[in-house]
Amino acid sequence: MVAGIHAVVPHEVALSVRDLTVRLPEGMERVHAVENISFDLKRGQILCIIGESGSGKSVTANAAMGLLPRVIHVSSGAIQLDGVNVVGLSYDRLRSLRGRVVSMIFQDPLSALNPLMTAGAQIDEVMAAHGVGTPQTRRSRAIELLTEVGLPDPELMYHQYPFRLSGGQRQRVMIAMALALEPMILIADEPTTALDVTTQAQILELIRDIQRRKGMSVMFITHDFGVVAEIADSVVVMEKGRIVEQGSAEQVLKSPSHPYTKRLIAAVPRLTGKDRTPLDVASNEPILKVEGLVKTYRSGGTLFGKQRIVPAVKDVSFELAPGRTLGVVGESGSGKSSLGRVLIKLLDSDGGRILFEGRDIAGLSEAEFRPLRPQIQMIFQDPFASLNPRSTIGHILTVGPVAHGTPYVQAREEARALLAHVGLDAGAFGRYPHEFSGGQRQRIGIARALMFKPKLLVADEAVSALDVSIQAQILKLLDQIQRETGVSMIFITHDLRVASQICDEIAVMQKGRVVERGPPSQIFLDPQSAYTRELVAAIPGEQPGGTRPVAANG
Amino acid sequence: MRGFLLNRLSQSAVLLVIVSIIGFVILNLIPGGPLAQYGLDPGMTQEDIARLKEQLGLNRPLWIQYFDWAWRLVQGDWGHSFRDGAPVLSVISRHLFATLLLMGTSTAFAIAIGTWIGIRGATHRYSLFDYTATVGAMVALSIPTFWFGLVGIYVFSLKLGWLPAGNMYTIGDGSVLNYLHHLILPSIVLSLVHVAIWSRYMRGATLDAISHDFVKTARAKGLTERRVLMKHVVGNALLPMITLAGMQLPSILTGALVTETVFTWPGMGRLFLDSLGYSDYPVVMGLLMFSAILAIFGNLIADIVVAIVDPRIRLS
Repeated sequence: MVAGIHAVVPHEVALSVRDLTVRLPEGMERVHAVENISFDLKRGQILCIIGESGSGKSVTANAAMGLLPRVIHVSSGAIQLDGVNVVGLSYDRLRSLRGRVVSMIFQDPLSALNPLMTAGAQIDEVMAAHGVGTPQTRRSRAIELLTEVGLPDPELMYHQYPFRLSGGQRQRVMIAMALALEPMILIADEPTTALDVTTQAQILELIRDIQRRKGMSVMFITHDFGVVAEIADSVVVMEKGRIVEQGSAEQVLKSPSHPYTKRLIAAVPRLTGKDRTPLDVASNEPILKVEGLVKTYRSGGTLFGKQRIVPAVKDVSFELAPGRTLGVVGESGSGKSSLGRVLIKLLDSDGGRILFEGRDIAGLSEAEFRPLRPQIQMIFQDPFASLNPRSTIGHILTVGPVAHGTPYVQAREEARALLAHVGLDAGAFGRYPHEFSGGQRQRIGIARALMFKPKLLVADEAVSALDVSIQAQILKLLDQIQRETGVSMIFITHDLRVASQICDEIAVMQKGRVVERGPPSQIFLDPQSAYTRELVAAIPGEQPGGTRPVAANG
Repeated sequence: MRGFLLNRLSQSAVLLVIVSIIGFVILNLIPGGPLAQYGLDPGMTQEDIARLKEQLGLNRPLWIQYFDWAWRLVQGDWGHSFRDGAPVLSVISRHLFATLLLMGTSTAFAIAIGTWIGIRGATHRYSLFDYTATVGAMVALSIPTFWFGLVGIYVFSLKLGWLPAGNMYTIGDGSVLNYLHHLILPSIVLSLVHVAIWSRYMRGATLDAISHDFVKTARAKGLTERRVLMKHVVGNALLPMITLAGMQLPSILTGALVTETVFTWPGMGRLFLDSLGYSDYPVVMGLLMFSAILAIFGNLIADIVVAIVDPRIRLS
């Protein structure tokens, strides 16, 4: 369904895609990466292309730059960049457009900058490649650009290597580079996905600000409807290589017409501001009590070298009741993952107590802790790396319990029952991890943790690697399991919206400390600490107070 | 940087002591000891041998011999050859030039050719060139060097008569041209294996560099493909190769046992084999320490070069 293409006067359109079909190499899951898509990016507007993984949104962006890998070909259609069709354009003419008429920024600012060149040299290179300016004028222009993207001390930044910069600063350098020749079009391929939520908010603001000031046209690829609500003028929704819906941001967000769009928008986790109804449990005696927990990393202590000491967890205390979920929320480097690892004793703590059912496990040796290990289980972030590719699902599920003394026959029956429980068919038992999708693998990871009938589950970014629609399903599954088994959960995430879906209580961490703790209603509607307020305000597409996403107008 | 250097140097010193002890012990485990061969000489009596032992200090306990040897070594006295009484260091330096000439040439050749093949193989992945290079490297690695050496001599010296079959120069002719003429065959034979190894590593490193987003960024900036390759891809691909080059460094000076023997090249490899054959323990130990020192320095130099080239290491 291709709706909403209005007849526009040609010079109003910066980039126009007509009937574009891109073929995938043989043996892929489908024949076309994108099929017969048409849309326009109008001058001075931000167009968001939204879709889940495999929707063909990145292929579309790369096709516009002529940057598709050699094995992927445009088989038909046209891409008009400022009136020039880039499909089939000669290498030299394409090259002269790149960086001058159209620029691109990428998802991962760490790998998108050359680690061996200074920020300044990389900006200089764009201008030099197109024969613009002299070394002196290019240098002053680069410093001007670094100032423009809001980097502190541009003179110093000019000489910095990328590894010295934070993720947000690197993305600013990328933007400076893309702006160097004042291109008409900026293509941004998930530019904020790898960033913390507060940094994401700053970068989104920067992109919108620059776009308005320069009247640039931006094609913005994202998987997050929150981001769409923040910056889009118009939206293209893609599913499996096809455009299912397009229109103005307000129209698509407020009254989506296609069922897929509706499903995607519904799946976006929202700040409900409402607390969960707590489970009825027999005892209110806390299952886990943490007092003054400390974890410090030490490295590099050699004969002549100086030791580096990095505090990761500083004096953290909390309690967790049976059948409840505690969310641990923080940005990268906040110490939330270290906390999770210390709790399941993958890392040793450096101080404080961890009382599990009244017993201090912090000081236990590996041998002493072993009988308790089945009761505390972990669900990992990456469903691809956390399952051994050479083991069958059956083996993955049963190997742990068998090692802890369960007879194999019994373990097998339990595994089959659990697979059915987490929504997989019993035939999964004999298959290998690569036969499953990311969401299915995460279900397997959950089943594996449940095999031990744990009393405490620690989930470290368990849904971060998943598409939103899958994310919603996994969250629902976790909620259902908790209601059935009464397991307690510690849910570690960087995403406040996700935490608000599943947690009874949320602890916000910053630089190793818990800065605020309370039920979701307090955290989102009445945050006490300045940092929490900042985090909540940075969530894309949300107004504090829990209103629906609001599209940016203008 | 100073802390790093001090650290590495002190580690190296410990390593050298361990290597020297192991070498010394193993050498003295050989049945009969250094004078065993004289037992077969009808002109030598038991008394002669005992007197010789006394003279060379071989009748003392092993650990005293070791400390005596090590103490002199530290003072710069590497001992004297059993064979002709010449100081070990001067024996080594006599053979150093030949090896440096042969190994330097073949290593430089191997790195140049290997780098080129590796880059081209990576940029033209799965092309005819890439497959040929892959198969060629497998062949070069699986066939022993002496076979290439002998076939080379057979074809180019005996059949075609283009190149000399051995030695570093023709006696009576010491011209540069004459040296070069003798150098061609052994250096090519020697570099075959190194080209194979180097090109494989370079191909892997280049593929790794190409897979990074910064290559896409470079293309998106409108750089020419040549600049993308030379500046962004190769620059990053060469970093891991520096360490490999560091490991090559000691062999440039310690020579190639097999090739030097096949081509009767008067280098360090030949010296080592000959000294072992004559049970010339002082020279063998001297060569052992020489190569251990070079190996350690090779790695140290590689680490320092990496630290200079890679800002991530230099500045942190």
